[in-house]
Amino acid sequence: MSTEVKEAPAKEVVVKEPSEPLFSKKNKKLLIDPLDDANPITVQVLGICSALAITVQVKQAIVMSLSVLAVMIFGNLIVSLIRNMIPNRIRIIVQLVVVASLVILVDQVLKAYVYDVSKALSVFVGLIITNCIIMGRLEAFALGNKPWPSILDAIGNAAGYGWILIAVALVREVFGSGTISFPGLDEAITLVPASVFDFGYMNNNLMILPPMALITVGIIIWIQRNRNTKLFEEN
Amino acid sequence: MLDLVNIFVKAIFVENMIFAYFLGMCSYLAVSKTVKTGVGLGAAVIFVLGITVPVNYLLENYILKEGALTWIDASFASVDLSFLSFIMFIAVIASMVQLVEMAVEKFAPALYGALGIFLPLIAVNCSILGGALFMQERQYTSIAEATSFGLGSGVGWFLAIVAIAAIREKIKYSNVPPALRGLGITFIITGLMGIAFMAFMGIEL
Repeated sequence: MSTEVKEAPAKEVVVKEPSEPLFSKKNKKLLIDPLDDANPITVQVLGICSALAITVQVKQAIVMSLSVLAVMIFGNLIVSLIRNMIPNRIRIIVQLVVVASLVILVDQVLKAYVYDVSKALSVFVGLIITNCIIMGRLEAFALGNKPWPSILDAIGNAAGYGWILIAVALVREVFGSGTISFPGLDEAITLVPASVFDFGYMNNNLMILPPMALITVGIIIWIQRNRNTKLFEEN
Repeated sequence: MLDLVNIFVKAIFVENMIFAYFLGMCSYLAVSKTVKTGVGLGAAVIFVLGITVPVNYLLENYILKEGALTWIDASFASVDLSFLSFIMFIAVIASMVQLVEMAVEKFAPALYGALGIFLPLIAVNCSILGGALFMQERQYTSIAEATSFGLGSGVGWFLAIVAIAAIREKIKYSNVPPALRGLGITFIITGLMGIAFMAFMGIEL
């Protein structure tokens, strides 16, 4: 700790009083802001690739969000702990090594406990390494802040990422296949009864295709910004 | 030779990184405000993909794959290091990106200023690692094939970002609903472009 205190003023570190309570106003803001005002997907534009590719089923979206949560918490914590030892020039490689090792761990855990989901996620577990939300938060936050705020920032951002992911997956699965699936359940719950199909209702297969993920996210952004007008952008 | 052209064209249109797999969306959305920065980042991606895919191909075939180490000694035939591929690939990519960053900072400071945080983020551009993982999955037979796949994916990504940047420049003059301006409309346009690009799917050259 003593080295941290010595070096802290030289870097642009948010200097905090040691007696500050664990959930001070500033810390709560770290936790709550990413849910809406600074949402990683709809406002910061981070982590889009995976949000689009694995939102066909709610189950996959939940497992993916939990994996990202785990990698983010430990990644932010580790990078925040060693932030004063990393030379600036090679910081990206250091961060990537930390994240890649965590992702290998997550990959092995998924293979051991939820093998079918791990198969369905395929390359995208590996691509958590390059999920810009993780690197973006490491660069923008963990490199300049103490461990505890970094953990809160990780939880907040992972939650903001997770709820968008699950919302998109919900829309796509309900309209695309008429079911909802959860991790732990062997079969998905059927929402649309067979009698409705007899009247000529059909699942919208377009929803399953990747382009509709983009359009769904676009519509979520539309709704969110209508409610939160300070997020309006210039054209 | 025809094979190489085939892989190249397929990687640009049929298996376009953006429109078919949605890889590298983050920088695609954030840096596509003007054609100029779009061209800069697109060129950087072509360059990085064109270098990292063949390097990772060599790594995969001479070190990581099961039995790849037999060139050292026949007794290594049963060694399988493929669980290390994530970390090895990303290490190669990160070091290449750092090199490119230094080169751009030295020779084109204006471009360096314009690209800002997104140049270091090329390292975490999913299309770069995605290119390496697809190369591994598809088992190309020679380094020439891997190179033409890497360059083709890069050109496909370049086309996509320049196209969306041009559209966004024009969109400035239209009356988009205020809440949809900026990010929202870009998502929807990309979705529509993706539907159009699906017409290429299944085409065999």
